[in-house]
Amino acid sequence: MEEFYKLSIKEKLKGLTESTFSSLELTESYLQRIKKVDKKINSFITVLEDKAIESARESDKRYKEGSALPLDGIPIAHKDIFCTEGVLTTCGSKMLSNFVSPYSSTVVENFSANGSVVLGKTNMDEFAMGSSNETSYFGAVNNPWRGNYVPGGSSGGSAACVSAGLAAGATATDTGGSIRQPAALCGLTGIKPTYGRVSRYGMIAFASSLDQGGVLTKSAEDAAYMLKAMSGHDPKDSTSLNVDVPDFVEEITEDIKGLKIGLPKQFFSMDLPDYVEKSINESIKTFEKLGVQVEDVDLPHIDLSLPIYYVIAPAECSANLSRYDGVKFGYRCEDPKDLDDLYMRTREEGFGAEVKRRILIGTYALSAGYYDAYYLKAQKCRRLVADDFSNAFKSVDFILSPTAPDTAFP
Amino acid sequence: MTLKNKDLEQIAYLARININKKSFPSLKKELESILELVAKMDSVNTESVVPMSHPLDISQPLRKDEVTEKDDRKNLQKNAPLKKAGLFMVPKVIDEDA
Repeated sequence: MEEFYKLSIKEKLKGLTESTFSSLELTESYLQRIKKVDKKINSFITVLEDKAIESARESDKRYKEGSALPLDGIPIAHKDIFCTEGVLTTCGSKMLSNFVSPYSSTVVENFSANGSVVLGKTNMDEFAMGSSNETSYFGAVNNPWRGNYVPGGSSGGSAACVSAGLAAGATATDTGGSIRQPAALCGLTGIKPTYGRVSRYGMIAFASSLDQGGVLTKSAEDAAYMLKAMSGHDPKDSTSLNVDVPDFVEEITEDIKGLKIGLPKQFFSMDLPDYVEKSINESIKTFEKLGVQVEDVDLPHIDLSLPIYYVIAPAECSANLSRYDGVKFGYRCEDPKDLDDLYMRTREEGFGAEVKRRILIGTYALSAGYYDAYYLKAQKCRRLVADDFSNAFKSVDFILSPTAPDTAFP
Repeated sequence: MTLKNKDLEQIAYLARININKKSFPSLKKELESILELVAKMDSVNTESVVPMSHPLDISQPLRKDEVTEKDDRKNLQKNAPLKKAGLFMVPKVIDEDA
C-alpha cells in the first residue's frame, strides 16, 4: 500500500493486529518514502534502514505469537538529541559529528520496550538552540508545505519528517518553544509535557531547568499514543516525577463540557496577522460549541519571559556545554600546543555561531559580580511569571493562546 | 550596556572559546543587544521575591550507596579522540624542569 503514511497510529495498530498488513510492509513503505522525499526536506541526519527492517521483523513475529506490545511495529523517528546506543547521535553539531553513543536514553528505551520501529534520527538546530532549524551543522531543513520556508525549530527535523509523512510520529524536545513552534509552523500537534513527566536521562542537556522531551504528531490522538509510551518515572533522572501516568489514549475522548479556557489578554492584544487571529478565533468557537466556557485571564508579567529566558537558558547552557572539551568524546582540534589551546580551539571550531553566542552570554551572566544582576534577578522574575500562571489556573482549566505570532517564514 | 574589548576577551577565556579578534565588533553588538533586552527585568521590583531555581518543588530522592554500574571503561572510551592504556590523553600540563 502506497499510502500507509496517511493512516493514524490507531489505524496502523488495527491493521497490524488484524494482519491487514505487516510492520515490514509499513516500515519499507516509510523507508522508500524517505528515499524519495527527504532529499528535498533534509529532515533526517541518520536513516537506520537495516535496524528498522530488523525491528519490523521482530514486531511481526510478536504479532504472530500474540505477544504484541502497545506500539508494536509503528515506525517513528527520534530527534538527534536522544542518545541511541551504537548509533550516531550528533545534536546537530560538528562537536558531536563523530559521536556514537555508548548507551541509550530512557526515551529511546521506552519506545523500544513498546515495540516501535525507529526509522532514524532527525535534524535539529545545533544543541537545540534556534527556532528555524538553520543552525544545524547538517544543513537547514525545509518546510514540507513550502520549500525554502523554515519548519521552525529546534525540533525542525522531527516536525518536517512527520508533516511530510516520513514517520508516524517523532520525539522532540522543548526548552523555549522547540516543540510548540515547529508544530505550529508545520501544521502538527506538539506537546511539551509538564516538566518531569518524561525522563531526561540520555537527552543531551541544553538548559536543565527548562528542557523537557515530548512529541510531534499529526493529531492529538497520535500524540496520546506516543506520550503514553515515553512517559513515566525514571530512577536515572532525579528530576523525573514519581507520579502515575494517566492513560492519555483513553482520556482523550472524554467530554470537555463545562471546562473553562482562559484567554490571556496580553497575547490577544498583540499585533497578530489577520490569518492568525482568524484561525485562533475559529478554534475558540469550536471549543464553545463543545460546551467549554471562555474567559479572559491576566498574566501581567508575561512580557518578562523573553528577557528571563535570555538569561536562564544561556546561563545553564554555558554550564552544560562546558563538558565539550575535546578530551573525552566528540570533536578535538588538531595539534593543540597546550591544554588551554586544546580547549579553546576545540570549542571555537566545534561549536557554531549561535551556540557560541549563547555560551558567551551565559558565561557573562554567571561571572563574578554579575550573578545577582542577571541570573538571580531572572530567577526572581521567573517566580512572578509562574505565580501569574498559578493565579490564572485558580479560575480556568486551560490557557489558550496562539502558538507563534506568525506562520512559517522564508 | 556597553562591553569593552577587554570584557569580551575575559568572557571568551572564561568560556574557553577562542574568538577571532576580527569578529569582536559584530559579536559585541550582538551580545549588547541581548543585554539590552535582558535589562527589561530591571523594571520590576523583586526585593521580596523568592528566587525560583527550579520548576518542581520536590526534594532530591536519596538512594542506597551501592554500586549499580559495572566497569564499562572500554565501551565508554570508544569515543575518546586520543587515549592510551585506558587513559584520556591531553597536552602535557606539568613542566619537566619544575
